Amino acid sequence: MSLSISSPVQRRATSIWRSERLLPYLLLTPAVVVTVVIVFMPMLQAVYTSFYDLILFRPSASRFVGFGNYVKLFNDPVFWTALWNTIIWIGLTVPLQMGLGLVAALFLNREFPWRGLARALIIIPWALPSVVIALMWRWIYDPNTGVLNDILIYLSIVQSAVPWLADPNVAIYAIIATLTWQGFPFFAVMILAGLQGIPRSQYEAASIDGASTWRQFVHITLPGIAPVLATAGLLRVIWVANSMDVIFVMTGGGPGYATHTLPLYAFVKARQNLDFGYGTSIAVTFTIFLGAFVALYIARTMREVER
Amino acid sequence: MRQQGTLHRILTTDLPVLAIVFFAMAPFAWMILTSLTPTAALSATGVSLSPRGWSLDNYVRLVEQTSFLKNMLDSLIIAGGTVVVGLIVSVTAAYAFSRFRFAGRKLLMLQFLLINMFPIVLLILPLFVLMRRFNILDTHLGLILANATVAIPFAVWMLTSYIGAIPKSLDEAAMTDGCSRLTALRKIVLPLTMPGIISTGIYIFITAWNEYLYALTLGGRNVRPVTVAIQTLIGEYQIEWGLLAAGAVVGAMPATILFLLVQRRLIGGLTQGAVKG
Repeated sequence: MSLSISSPVQRRATSIWRSERLLPYLLLTPAVVVTVVIVFMPMLQAVYTSFYDLILFRPSASRFVGFGNYVKLFNDPVFWTALWNTIIWIGLTVPLQMGLGLVAALFLNREFPWRGLARALIIIPWALPSVVIALMWRWIYDPNTGVLNDILIYLSIVQSAVPWLADPNVAIYAIIATLTWQGFPFFAVMILAGLQGIPRSQYEAASIDGASTWRQFVHITLPGIAPVLATAGLLRVIWVANSMDVIFVMTGGGPGYATHTLPLYAFVKARQNLDFGYGTSIAVTFTIFLGAFVALYIARTMREVER
Repeated sequence: MRQQGTLHRILTTDLPVLAIVFFAMAPFAWMILTSLTPTAALSATGVSLSPRGWSLDNYVRLVEQTSFLKNMLDSLIIAGGTVVVGLIVSVTAAYAFSRFRFAGRKLLMLQFLLINMFPIVLLILPLFVLMRRFNILDTHLGLILANATVAIPFAVWMLTSYIGAIPKSLDEAAMTDGCSRLTALRKIVLPLTMPGIISTGIYIFITAWNEYLYALTLGGRNVRPVTVAIQTLIGEYQIEWGLLAAGAVVGAMPATILFLLVQRRLIGGLTQGAVKG
């Protein structure tokens, strides 16, 4: 290639290269502008609102209180109840979803004639609207006419009808069961994809060496799907933490504060008391707590993008 | 010998899978049975398990006595609008991410990933205040924009991986033949990415159709999507489970059917990222 004389081809390449430097930014502009307007501006607005005492529909009474809402928050017993519930909520729901998802995936990974059908049917809970799921389970849990009590009484597991969603000690676990049901297909599908990426030859070599099924599982299967478990688990922690629609429809946070989680508390405060200042400060605090998980997840995902 | 193998397979594989499928399907199946049992029978004898006790009574009431069809239309407009807005702004962004290496690329990609992680509750309150100021509360546009907060970052990431899978040499060849970048995008990349664009669009549609909290907070009176409408089917004095179940079944149908139609391709796209990590 000659470097001394710039041929027309080279000149054309240079001009394309110049416009190409701007082009990606132009292509990105619509998406960035829209997200700035509908996501980042509201976000900033939220942080700003959390420093104000703002009751909606009484905007004239709004005043700056600095960290007042946050101080109030740390002295609010309901906040601590909600925080504890959030921890139980995530700490039980995600492992249960993952465990059940793993079991389902291991079975679905075997050879049988109706595998495709089974895989399609299992993900149905994932496709249903959460409001339908919540109402459906309210109907199943119903203390008078619900089918769950009917079955349990018929099998003599319980003596009398259990008020699943009305008993403050039971309600949160009943909702966790519902969410486990809703979320396990996600894990099953993710883990199944991971299982199918493990080369069959590894199992063949292990069985020639006389490794038991359990040892194969521990030394081949688990390491093979560990990355999937980590990514899907982190993603799920964030989703489960954020998902309050099922709780909102099933109990509205009750009885009392028994099923309040932090996002739900923020939502209820703002929706029922129209106390936007305080509600937003709860939401901001929750977001900061969640930040650690988000940072972990993003670090994992961005490693992929660096190529 | 062979029969024994089959028996063994049935015991260790088919039966457990059957149990899992039953567990996954039973609640919704129960909802369908409830919707088929007339309300009078429901309170007297409970859900009817045999077809003799079934009728479409609840569905007829749903269509005739409630505004459910109008609510379906609202949901359709909102979900369809979200798909259009989400895809249009995301396709070019995804093309930029997958074809160019430019300053700030990582930061911008991070931005879209980050948005997806924001708690909805953090956005819902300020969006309510903003939309009230701009007078788009309780309109289709308002809910389309609200759903776009979820749809755009999702679509950008999905499409970036779909477009990334198409060899760069194809658009480079087109450009050597005299096409501009944008013509190459329109004539070469878009047609090849179409399956990916369609499944992303369908996923956005499903998410927007199923969305509840935005619909409840930012809509609800003039514009009432099915998710909100289903809840209003709860009767005034006592819960009308039959009618509610009919609403839930009809409301869940479009998203569920779409999901079943595209599940294979969708799951491929969704799991790619996780499996690679």
